[in-house]
Amino acid sequence: MKPDNALFRREAARLLATLTRTFGIDNLALAEDIVQETLAGAFEAWSYKGVPDHYAAQLTTAAKNRALDVFRKERTARKFAPEIRRFVQSEWTLRPGIDARFLPDALKDDELRMMFTCCHPRLHEDVQVALVLHLLCALGVDEIASAFLVSSAAVEKRLFRGKKALAESKHLFELTAEDFAPRLSAVHRALYLLFSEGYHGASSEAVVRIDLCREAMRLSRLLVTHAPAATPATFALAALMSLNAARLPGRIGDDGILRPLFMQDRSRWDEELVAHGMDLLAQSASGDQITELHIEAGIAAQHASASSAAETNWAEIVRLYDVLMKIRPSPVVALNRAIAIAESQGPERGLAAIERIEQVERLAAYPFYPAAIAELELRLGRPLVAQTHFRAAKALARNDMERRFLEQRLDACTITRT
Amino acid sequence: MNEFVYLWRRPQRPPQTPQQMQEWMQKYQAWFQQMEATGHLAQYGEPLEPKAGRVVRDGAGSCSDGPYAETKDVVMGFSIITAANLDEAVALTKSHPIFDEGGVIEIRPILKL
Repeated sequence: MKPDNALFRREAARLLATLTRTFGIDNLALAEDIVQETLAGAFEAWSYKGVPDHYAAQLTTAAKNRALDVFRKERTARKFAPEIRRFVQSEWTLRPGIDARFLPDALKDDELRMMFTCCHPRLHEDVQVALVLHLLCALGVDEIASAFLVSSAAVEKRLFRGKKALAESKHLFELTAEDFAPRLSAVHRALYLLFSEGYHGASSEAVVRIDLCREAMRLSRLLVTHAPAATPATFALAALMSLNAARLPGRIGDDGILRPLFMQDRSRWDEELVAHGMDLLAQSASGDQITELHIEAGIAAQHASASSAAETNWAEIVRLYDVLMKIRPSPVVALNRAIAIAESQGPERGLAAIERIEQVERLAAYPFYPAAIAELELRLGRPLVAQTHFRAAKALARNDMERRFLEQRLDACTITRT
Repeated sequence: MNEFVYLWRRPQRPPQTPQQMQEWMQKYQAWFQQMEATGHLAQYGEPLEPKAGRVVRDGAGSCSDGPYAETKDVVMGFSIITAANLDEAVALTKSHPIFDEGGVIEIRPILKL
């Protein structure tokens, strides 16, 4: 077995979380250095001998030893937080202190702590997501940049700002803190953004996008397995991700062109993920609070359980969008609601609903707004009008995949005419 | 309050398994934690390597292999404990795990010169 990227990424994230707790959040850069050195050392050794069976344990031991070395060298020179200074001051406590911090249960909690720490309320959502990707998914600056279609310089700036704020915060977020609940919803939002970026995002590289979805799902699984974080909303988020991810294999056809929900080959959907998502959705149905995550998961469940677009319970989906518009109104939600109305009540009603969308200017750069109008016009037998809207949509396309899909739809207009 | 140096002395141990080492470590830690919790721990001090060292005999550098050819006990470390007086310092060592190993604790008040 050759060392592969995903394995190293997972381990890097795990070790970084624990080393950051060991050295304190203000020494994040030091923790990052130790992770780099540990992995580089292992990588070199293993590229000849292959990855050993107990690679995780070996990496942990190597990281522990490096941490011990650093503490011995720097315990007088570097300023550590008081609780750390205490245990590193003597050899009586140094080794036992480090051992305790690297126990399996502690490792798991450290990742959660790091996740909550990254979602600091003072940080912009973009910065939170960049930090989560960098520190918990071990994605490099360039990888994050290509996932979000922004420049590497912009990502570097976000990370710099984020890390500075974390260092100034002095303490990792404690999972027992009083403001756990509001911080948990910030974590939900960051993971939701991470998943959406993978699912709907602008990057044209399918691999990058599937990776983002997978990481978002891995982190939400951590939340589900940690009692205080496993709230009904957490289950709803995990359900939503699972049910949507199930459709990923159908979203791109063999020709490499985007397939909207209506045209997907549903036999390609991942049944296991659908079943898992349904199970999570059932577990989310407790407590007395319906969150937007519950509604979105409910919509995804309607799609996942329908054998075709025609047999989908569109009336129920419209009802769910109505609720969503009350909890979290947005032009994108309104647009999706209009599409569901068109399916259940006909294209005229759909177009009328699109016309009534408020703050429609916020959709000015969104290619699927004119595309949705075009689809309905085409169905109403007005291919010329449809063509105009598809052209507008194509001009807004954010990547090749979208562009090729919209070209295909433009062709459909001409075929209808002749 | 006064400070006392505790010299942890005990016979050389036969080789220990990591498991045994860890058990001893936990017992010692428990005592340290009790001292810390009751405000008696001034400094953890340091453990000392039991199998190597030198005893230097004169300024010319003549030495004998240490630690202690002449005693059966090895000083395995030192710590600094705060107590009101020697009596309390002695009372604090009650139930210390070193006695189970046939060890002794030498308590010396720090001399205020």
